[in-house]
Amino acid sequence: MNTVNLKINNIPVAAPEGATILEAAHIAGIRIPTLCYLKEINAIGACRICVCEVKGARGLAAACVMPVDEGMEVFTNTPALQKYRRTTLELILSTHRTDCLSCPRSTDCELQQLCREYGVDMDRFTKKQQNEMVDASMPHLVRDNSKCILCRRCVAVCQKNQYAGVIETCERGYDTHIGCAFDMPLSETACVACGQCTAVCPTAALRERDDTDKVWAALNDPTKTVIVGPAPSVRAQLGECFGMPIGTNVEGKLVAALRRLGFDQVFDVDTAADVTIMEEGTELLHRLKEGGPLPLITSCSPGWIKFCEHYYPEFVDNLSSCKSPQQMFGALIKTYYAQKAGLDPKNIVVVSVMPCTAKKFEIGREGQSAVGLPDVDISITTRELADMIRRAGIMFTQLPDEEFDPIFGIASGAGHIFGATGGVMEAALRTVSEIVTGKELARPEFREVRGIEGIKEAEYDLAGTKVKVAVTSGLANAAKLLDRIKSGEAEYHFVEVMACPGGCVNGGGQPHQSGDVRNFTDLRSLRAAALYSEDEAMTLRKSHENPVVKELYADYLGEPGSHLAHHILHTTYVKRGLYK
Amino acid sequence: MKSLEELAALRERMKNNVAMRQDNSTATRVVVGMATCGIAAGARPVLTAFVEEVNRRGLKDVVVTQAGCIGMCKLEPIVEVFQPGKEKVTYVKMTPEKVSRIVTEHLVNGNPVTEYTVGAYME
Amino acid sequence: MAIARTHILVCGGTGCSSSHSQALIDELNRELEEKGLLGEVQVIKTGCFGLCALGPVVVVYPEGCFYSHVTEADIPEIVEEHILKGRIVTRLLYQETVVDDKTIKNLNHTKFYEKQHRVALRNCGVINPENIDEYIAMDGYEALGRVLTQMTPDEVIQTIKDSGLRGRGGGGFPTGQKWFFARQSKGDVKYVCCNADEGDPGAFMDRSVLEGDPHVVLEAMTIAGYAIGAHQGYIYVRAEYPIAIHRLEIAIKQAREYGFLGNDIFGTGFAFDIELRLGSGAFVCGEETALMTSIEGHRGEPRPRPPFPAVKGLFGVPTILNNVETWANIPRIILNGADWFAGMGTERSKGTKVFCLVGKINNTGLVEIPMGTTLREIVEDIGGCIPNGKKFKAAQTGGPSGGCIPASLIDTPIDYDNLIAIGSMMGSGGLIVMDEDTCMVDIAKFFLEFTVDESCGKCTPCRVGTRRLLEMLEQITSGNGTLELLREMEELCYYIKANSLCALGQSAPNPVLSTLHYFRDEYEAHCVEKRCPAGVCKKLTRFVIEEEKCKGCTACARACPVNAIIGEVRKPHHIDPEKCIKCGACMETCRFNAIVKR
Repeated sequence: MNTVNLKINNIPVAAPEGATILEAAHIAGIRIPTLCYLKEINAIGACRICVCEVKGARGLAAACVMPVDEGMEVFTNTPALQKYRRTTLELILSTHRTDCLSCPRSTDCELQQLCREYGVDMDRFTKKQQNEMVDASMPHLVRDNSKCILCRRCVAVCQKNQYAGVIETCERGYDTHIGCAFDMPLSETACVACGQCTAVCPTAALRERDDTDKVWAALNDPTKTVIVGPAPSVRAQLGECFGMPIGTNVEGKLVAALRRLGFDQVFDVDTAADVTIMEEGTELLHRLKEGGPLPLITSCSPGWIKFCEHYYPEFVDNLSSCKSPQQMFGALIKTYYAQKAGLDPKNIVVVSVMPCTAKKFEIGREGQSAVGLPDVDISITTRELADMIRRAGIMFTQLPDEEFDPIFGIASGAGHIFGATGGVMEAALRTVSEIVTGKELARPEFREVRGIEGIKEAEYDLAGTKVKVAVTSGLANAAKLLDRIKSGEAEYHFVEVMACPGGCVNGGGQPHQSGDVRNFTDLRSLRAAALYSEDEAMTLRKSHENPVVKELYADYLGEPGSHLAHHILHTTYVKRGLYK
Repeated sequence: MKSLEELAALRERMKNNVAMRQDNSTATRVVVGMATCGIAAGARPVLTAFVEEVNRRGLKDVVVTQAGCIGMCKLEPIVEVFQPGKEKVTYVKMTPEKVSRIVTEHLVNGNPVTEYTVGAYME
Repeated sequence: MAIARTHILVCGGTGCSSSHSQALIDELNRELEEKGLLGEVQVIKTGCFGLCALGPVVVVYPEGCFYSHVTEADIPEIVEEHILKGRIVTRLLYQETVVDDKTIKNLNHTKFYEKQHRVALRNCGVINPENIDEYIAMDGYEALGRVLTQMTPDEVIQTIKDSGLRGRGGGGFPTGQKWFFARQSKGDVKYVCCNADEGDPGAFMDRSVLEGDPHVVLEAMTIAGYAIGAHQGYIYVRAEYPIAIHRLEIAIKQAREYGFLGNDIFGTGFAFDIELRLGSGAFVCGEETALMTSIEGHRGEPRPRPPFPAVKGLFGVPTILNNVETWANIPRIILNGADWFAGMGTERSKGTKVFCLVGKINNTGLVEIPMGTTLREIVEDIGGCIPNGKKFKAAQTGGPSGGCIPASLIDTPIDYDNLIAIGSMMGSGGLIVMDEDTCMVDIAKFFLEFTVDESCGKCTPCRVGTRRLLEMLEQITSGNGTLELLREMEELCYYIKANSLCALGQSAPNPVLSTLHYFRDEYEAHCVEKRCPAGVCKKLTRFVIEEEKCKGCTACARACPVNAIIGEVRKPHHIDPEKCIKCGACMETCRFNAIVKR
């Protein structure tokens, strides 16, 4: 690639041809503030916070979209620019509900951060709020337009990454706001509940529905046994909320923190993930033998399930009937564990900690109650757990490492890697191939299905049977893949789909990372690496070797796919279509 | 439409039709008296004959127009020809048959047909 | 077809159409039929003549009689007297064309038309826009034929470059240069677009061209297609222009039938076609990138440049976009040569410019003048001065993106650079004349209200900044302004100009800045003396009864809708300022001029 030589703030920089001023400045160690910009999906130059001076140019240049040129001289921080940026922020504040002291995004808000940096006068312009609309129609998130700065990152992820496009900019000029078509509530749209919008929102305009009060209440209720289980990816991200480097595995501290919060049992959803592999692997073998319907498509990601029901209802029969690991976890706690511990399921509160907002939607779905009670009572995100830990005064980084309660707290490496795209596929392949061949794998890695590429394909020979698999994450990629299957262009036996790009490590409920970080860091790879290295370091790497799982089937469920297993661990789907 | 020649041919056909709408202040004006007296005396066929003859010969810069009563009702149909920088010529007791000659001799060659003029009639 | 002896041209532009010119046509045809004249008299519906203030307009050739304000009731008289008996109906004539009882002046020699030079508008009001043959008779499609059969694309571009033609849509970018860039851009697919999304308040140049001479745009776009290597054109036209759309549709159909659009044009193998795209009335869609975004089917919003459309435009391929008036110049430049065009105008602004002359002016309408004509010539000669003998105060050019030109600069020759130098801009050609009764703060507020309303809402400075600016102006006009506020306002103006994403925002503060520059005293009067010198801003206006003139007739007290006037019969009355709603009813009622506005 050709390089372009330029000067930024008099510092010589060599940047690749086609790079933007923003990217070139980053190379030179200069940070230019951004608000609307999101790499690859939202280069719209709208917020104007990144404006720079280019010598000889007619006006200011938006650094996020202006390509560099040979010999260009850029200034990113002149007194005039500082003043302009301050005014931009002050104008934004004049439409912003500034209840910053108690705002859920306080100290984690990109707008607040910039206001602090530029020393804005919060009252320079008379405050005239325009949009008080709060949409709390969905179980998973709350949209509060009084905090919206119209950066449109949410619109970009929803349309470009997730294909859904249920929110757009509505009306124009000062009345512009983010909303659904005809300003309908989100619940009336084909929103898939993935929560990607909440992960990229720079302010508190989009955030998950806060369910921590329910958890506190359960913890303080002496009649309840409160059982918690974190999802695979939570341990790879929670540290970010406490200033630890991206990709730090904090499993031990996570367990310690949950215990200190007062949960009666601290179990691992990864164990349920191993169970999922047993059930889904069996289902795959069954469908291969019985001739379909194929491809079998994974069902771990509730955002994906809802997407399929809305946008590709013709594929609903291809979905695995297995509940997601979260739901299997809850169902087994309220059946198997309740029996074992001699507890009335009515007195058990199951709390899941998830990387995901769609899980909040999933717990309320029909067909998710093994004993006539919700399998999972409360689902909170990684971010909500961090808030609870802070409020409880737990000094997270100084916690000792502790272990899960063993009754339902042992998981294989296969269960851990569920959190990254390709993880479910790899876990399933490890088990299925050993079952089919009856031989132990020389190496348990299936590297072809790893990585952050949008669509990955591979073909494996399982005792003479060729099995074609595909792995995709991000619903726009999923749509592409499904279209190819639909047109007959591609044919697979087994497909893994994760709603969020990169899988759960980049889920809608994961810790916020500012644009500054997102635009220059591959969050997905760094976070996934933590899971893969944990798997690598383990001896127990296959679901079917998990002693807890073995015991579960031997003592309770019988065979994978047994009648009881079906009753407790499987579910059904609905064809929703796009409009109600 | 496959060539410039074809276009030019069509344009020539159409041109006369719109030529009337130009600024005609330098053109020769043929004014036919078309008040009640003129019409009664047969001015209409005279007017039509002028329009047709001028067009048939493709004369540029000639405007055939009409006016009200010129005041000599008994000499109707009256036609006046105005040419820039020249004396007005008035033809009286016009008929369609006389038109062709006036067009040829006067409008084309610049020689008024004296025997049809009001002067000749008065003598 | 028999040659008609008389042509009756009836204006079918939007202005005259809305004053029922179609009914005149129907009535004319009926009358002519009754008199047996249909064969020798032709009735033609044309585009705009320009003198919209006089509409509906009927022109009779060969006499060249310009009848104004014609009603259906006038038609029998026109037919009976003029058409049948040759007696011009003097009472209906545009008075300036009447020399004496016998003679009428040709329209081109009236003051309104005399200083005009019609290039873009040459066929408007002359031909029937729905008849391609009439366009051909006026040398239509000759330029296209010559370009395709006798010129290389580079020669075409060189000719346009040499002519010095600059974009008539606002920015004034050299047209030939734009084409050159698009030709340089590599790509199998390229597009030619026409910007017919005219949206300035009071501007209707483009509409008039489309209504009066739609083929000229088709011909010019096809020429450009050949020059840059494009085979598809789009005309983005406002849905609010139904007549223009209708005539464009007819024109496109006719051009296809005649083979001026389609495959193998003029037997050269060159293929080009044009489609219409209707805009739904967003001002910002006149901005080139927003227009293209809208054609693509998205929300009409501008996108950052670079990449420029010549490199990456409509659907991501090289695209040129010119506005209607620019297109209307192209065929003439090809036919008459670059030198002919460059011979008109000023050093850096060549040719002519169409303006819509509106506001406080007698001859409201459409005028086309050589660049370099002074504002005074436009206002005093062409426009026929200001009604009621009022004084000229300022003129706004460039619409809401432009600025006010004060009376002191009335002798400025109008061209792109001079207008920029005095803080305004050419824009698409709106020219709004203001008289002494105009409050300049109020005018700035009016234009800013427009941009606030039309901001697309994408970038912060325009979306929020213009609104805050408007609120500051409102503070001033309601008597709450301070000199400090003026300073803050000015600062915000410069911020919005520098930081906005597109030209709409970048130019939105111009009306404020230019009025601040030339009429600062008026702003200060509002802020310091809490007084509106022109007596326009209601909250700053006070109605007062001058005691010495008041006879105590009580008429005003009876006229007052809120009983704000008190006083005994035959004694001077008073207005209670607390109650007064400043409706002015008292002032109109008073027979002694005792009530004044302060």
